[in-house]
Amino acid sequence: MRFTFWAVFGCIALSAGPFDKLGPNDLARGKRLFEAQCSVCHGMNGAGGKGANLAVVKFRNAANDDALVEVVKNGVPDSEMPAAWWMNEQEAVQVAYFVRSLGRIASTIKIAGSIPAGKEVFLGKGGCAGCHIAEGAGGSMGPDLSLIGARRSPAHLRESILEPGKAVPEGFLALTVVDAAGNKIRCIRVNEDTFTIQVRNMAGKILSFRKSELREIHKDFGASPMPSYAGRLAEPDVDNLVAYLASLRGEK
Amino acid sequence: MRAAILGCLLVTLAAAQPGNWTTYSGDPGAQRFSPLTQINTRNVSGLKPAWVYQVGQKSEFETTPIAVDGVLYITEPPTVVTALDARTGRPLWTWRRTLPKDLQTIGFGRVNRGVAVIGDTVYVGTLDAHIVALDAKSGAVRWDTEVADYKLGYCITGAPLAVKDKIITGTSGGEAGIRGFVDAYDAKSGKRAWRFYTIPGPGEPGHDSWSGDAWKTGGGSTWVTGSYDAATNLIYWGVGNPGPDWNGDDRPGDNLYTCALVALNADDGTLKWHFQYTPHDDHDWDATEIPVLFDATVRGKTRKVVAMANRNAFYYLHDRATGEFLLGVPYAKQTWAKGLDDKGRPIVLPNTSPSVEGTLLWPNLNGSTNWFSPSYSPLTKLFYVSVREIGAYYYKSPAEYKPGTFFAGGGERALYGDDAHGSIRALDASTGKLKWEFPLHTPPWSGVMATAGGLLFGGSDEGNFFALDAGTGKALWQFQTGGKVVSNPMSFSVDGKQYVAIAAGQGLFVFGL
Repeated sequence: MRFTFWAVFGCIALSAGPFDKLGPNDLARGKRLFEAQCSVCHGMNGAGGKGANLAVVKFRNAANDDALVEVVKNGVPDSEMPAAWWMNEQEAVQVAYFVRSLGRIASTIKIAGSIPAGKEVFLGKGGCAGCHIAEGAGGSMGPDLSLIGARRSPAHLRESILEPGKAVPEGFLALTVVDAAGNKIRCIRVNEDTFTIQVRNMAGKILSFRKSELREIHKDFGASPMPSYAGRLAEPDVDNLVAYLASLRGEK
Repeated sequence: MRAAILGCLLVTLAAAQPGNWTTYSGDPGAQRFSPLTQINTRNVSGLKPAWVYQVGQKSEFETTPIAVDGVLYITEPPTVVTALDARTGRPLWTWRRTLPKDLQTIGFGRVNRGVAVIGDTVYVGTLDAHIVALDAKSGAVRWDTEVADYKLGYCITGAPLAVKDKIITGTSGGEAGIRGFVDAYDAKSGKRAWRFYTIPGPGEPGHDSWSGDAWKTGGGSTWVTGSYDAATNLIYWGVGNPGPDWNGDDRPGDNLYTCALVALNADDGTLKWHFQYTPHDDHDWDATEIPVLFDATVRGKTRKVVAMANRNAFYYLHDRATGEFLLGVPYAKQTWAKGLDDKGRPIVLPNTSPSVEGTLLWPNLNGSTNWFSPSYSPLTKLFYVSVREIGAYYYKSPAEYKPGTFFAGGGERALYGDDAHGSIRALDASTGKLKWEFPLHTPPWSGVMATAGGLLFGGSDEGNFFALDAGTGKALWQFQTGGKVVSNPMSFSVDGKQYVAIAAGQGLFVFGL
């Protein structure tokens, strides 16, 4: 009897998680904080956008509930996910609790397309591989898409295909620079400081300028060198392409 | 004979003085102005690295070296003092503080900004909140005095200020619910001479600007070096934010002397006057920026002023004997105040406090400028300041005080990327009017230094160290250091040759012609 008591106690102690004592009020508070502070990137219902889709059962960067709380508090290093350092411990736990609940609502996002057919579009008529790396092959003008399915929601991927200028990823700002000779150069910014700028031209070549040597540097915010595929690809092809991109999660 | 030797010695000392950089901000009035002219607008394009000294630590390297007769005294992170041969950059000695294992810096990095020197003694504040006096020739400890209990979040990162026979220091801890102070220690013995609490206790004037027990954890840190005026015998020191930073619900009132400048009698620490810039602050806008002393022409009259380009985006002038408010004008983008009233009190716009949903406001919590130094040139009569143009969503959350923990009640998400930028601004020091500006790619963490050679030196987050024409803002020279500049420029000369120094990344870069 005594042994059983301790065994049960031990089990409880071992399984103690950050959400054990939380209730509906915590969930409501977590939802409010999430909607106010996290939805900018992750969407109001957590289905993703610029940030990862959180309406999933398993997270790439959080193996368990404790790790999920840590991600809220400390962010994900070398990613765009910042540390919510302004939240106190309780708030971070409440937000994580709400995020965990999103996966239980079910992964309701159904993707209509076919993955193999999407891969064909990617490599074939879409011409995507000319500028993007996926599964180890492709060009380097555009963002690396090897893990894009884990980072962007299907809705965001669809939008990026149809309206590429709407959410230009960091590190791919389109520029038009005018050099001393008056040549207009369309390019992507690689790096910049107060005195110099490094760009990649449309042929993929790196060019380096002192700003004092340039007549003009125009930053084309909201523009992307990627063409819109609206009207270029049939609707089923777009569905298939989204399905393929959404499958690129670094999981086999 | 004796008189002749003495006379000779005095001449030597006097001759050595202009080449030295004797205190954190260059002079007690904190102008960060170098009188040296060898490097100037005509030849600065030929400036080249003379040597680089590398530190082993990854924390930000924020030191301003003190230069005394061919030796540079620097601090390295976390609490290390090194003496360098100014000609070659070779270390002469290093002193390392053994820091307690349970030390935490609450709300900032493991950094130090520099030392103070009197005669043959070097003084440094430590991360575990002691002041230590070191022998300038060997680095041996002369005395070591505890300033406050580091376990409660007290911590020293700023350079001490030497005033006559005393060493003045402040404390960090504005995010740990401390009760701030300015302290003076006898330079010879290390005994505390006086303490001025920045949060008045029961019965003291200003205590009624607090309610209940809020004053006990009211913050009011004093983490950046102040300035000193021999004529008035006053020490000018900036005071930080009230605690908790972003949630003012439990501390109704103006919360004196937080976000204020205090003028203290250098002999006994008594308060001569104060001026509060941001009453009841809830954005973390410390008034710990450098108070700069110079003569200004205000409404046709020459006034001895103390100036501050405040984190809250306004530039202020006061009479330095009385504290009289003479001028307050914005020098950067701000969306929190309609302006200042006749007494200099801000007319705060509605709905500017932090909220659960996030309140978008300029400037962000780091302010329009921060601890990095401004500069004043008596030649151009311009006040130079590195400006951060960046907004943020301010958040509010509940705050509960637990000793030695983060006590902040919220925070912010700043708008980085191409929405943010920076600049060096040159203001007419008497009116605050913009004379010129030099744009920076991103908001800076580097201070500036004007020189009698007509130059203004500054740095950028992308590693640029540069010289502008102090009169026009035109870029004349730049060097890519390869590391973020989170420090202040200074200049010295040795063997008749002028150098300019800046800490960038993990290196101290020293340049000469």
